[in-house]
Amino acid sequence: MNMMSEIRGAGLVERAREVAAVAGKHADAVDKEGRFPHEAVAAMKSARLFGIQVPILLGGEGATIAEIAEVCSIIAQECASSAMIFAMHHIKLSSCVSHGMGDEWHEAFMHRIVREQLLLGSATTEAGIGGNLRNSICAIEVDGDICRLTKEATVISYGKQADAILITSRSHKEAASTDQVMTVFLKDQYTLEQTHVWDTMGMRGTCSDGFLFKAEAPAVQILPKPFAEIAAESMLATCHLLWSATWYGIALNAVTRAQAFVRAAARANPGTTPPGALRLAEATAELHLIKSNVIAGIERFEAAKEDPAQLSSLGFAVAMNNVKIATSQMILSVINQAMIICGIAGYKNGTPYSIGRHLRDAHSAQLMISNERILSNTATMLTVHKLDTSLMG
Amino acid sequence: MKDKIRELLGKLGGLPVAVDTLADGADLYAAGLSSFASVQLMLGIEDAFDIEFPDHLLNRKSFASIDAIAETVSAIVEGREAA
Ligand SMILES: Cc1cc2nc3c(=O)[nH]c(=O)nc-3n(C[C@H](O)[C@H](O)[C@H](O)COP(=O)(O)OP(=O)(O)OC[C@H]3O[C@@H](n4cnc5c(N)ncnc54)[C@H](O)[C@@H]3O)c2cc1C
Repeated sequence: MNMMSEIRGAGLVERAREVAAVAGKHADAVDKEGRFPHEAVAAMKSARLFGIQVPILLGGEGATIAEIAEVCSIIAQECASSAMIFAMHHIKLSSCVSHGMGDEWHEAFMHRIVREQLLLGSATTEAGIGGNLRNSICAIEVDGDICRLTKEATVISYGKQADAILITSRSHKEAASTDQVMTVFLKDQYTLEQTHVWDTMGMRGTCSDGFLFKAEAPAVQILPKPFAEIAAESMLATCHLLWSATWYGIALNAVTRAQAFVRAAARANPGTTPPGALRLAEATAELHLIKSNVIAGIERFEAAKEDPAQLSSLGFAVAMNNVKIATSQMILSVINQAMIICGIAGYKNGTPYSIGRHLRDAHSAQLMISNERILSNTATMLTVHKLDTSLMG
Repeated sequence: MKDKIRELLGKLGGLPVAVDTLADGADLYAAGLSSFASVQLMLGIEDAFDIEFPDHLLNRKSFASIDAIAETVSAIVEGREAA
């Protein structure tokens, strides 16, 4: 058996754990220096994790959303930025897998992702639009076989390190702001002129700088479906689910640290219940709620996957939005509990019980597509969508 | 029915183009129907035709064109009469 098939043959969870170990070793430095976690990303490539979602037919492993979410959560327990990079890559890849099959260029591209372990970046956010994903100002210009695009992309995570960027725009110069397409541009087909620096409270390793993006490529690289469909049928769900899996991993690790703190206290004073034990019990109950929420979301997506009508229904969108809203809010309260349990040892950096990075990273969740925006979308949908009255679905 | 749908689309659709320029089969999303406006349109149609959309019909496809909306509304109205 050659090396390659040996690595591929290994279980996904084991490979994720190996990556997590590398990510954990450098997580504090990545956070402190606000630098790209290149060690963890190199480990993802050598564990061949970037191609797992690609169908087996095209050389990948056909990993499900549940499997990818598990990997996100495992890596996030050690380094949230690394896990978020992995999640964002797979969110982009999900658009290719769901909407690029049957298209020659995109199939070949997926093949290349597996072979070369390419890292995919995303540019939806635009100056003047913010996180309003389903609107663009910039327009792609198709000139014969060639397409050109210039976009003021105010946030592109790992823009400098990505091997390709999937970017949204209006479909032509006269198109309405909601008539969008998404295009794959390869690294040697675009230039990035940096306009914003990512010096943030948390998620510092995602290096989500802002750029003036300028690209030219063969027009066949435009994904063959309208972005409205891509957003509804793959991106909305995979974003909320893989982000939530990542956030869950952050909260889980904070509680794990709090548990270690309580156990150490229990061992130091046998026969007594340490003061943090009750809070720990409370925190695990909340953690369990987050986990159930993420799992239910994943199951709902898996069930809806084969049916575009369900995927683009209001009920499904409401369900996915709710997973995101709940997870992003609840992790903050859980991590805060962990901090209270660990006290100063949690507040300080560099102790086995440090929670500061977790708390700072977790604060990005509410802003990553603003909860305010998502709630107002849900509010609109709830004027016609009626709540499900059954418990089991 | 299509005239009524067109009237509601003009009032609630927030389209950047005049509704008369759109064919019955034209893709409304490509014409600029936002998700917010599509929900307003659903509400307006429920009210005008005195119907309620069941959840499985509240999706992008049911509102993709004037034809699609008419079909969706007819299906509900006929279902009600049959019942
Ligand atoms: C770690 C991280 C990585 C990211 N990576 C990428 C990336 O790779 N590519 C990319 O394109 N983007 C990326 N983003 C950007 C992200 O997806 C959102 O677009 C961005 O966070 C929204 O920015 P904003 O809050 O400035 O903008 P806006 O969405 O414009 O919101 C501004 C504020 O206005 C308010 N607001 C806006 N709309 C409403 C509304 N409808 N109702 C009520 N209040 C409202 C909210 O309070 C909101 O905070 C990333 C973000 C994070 C945190």
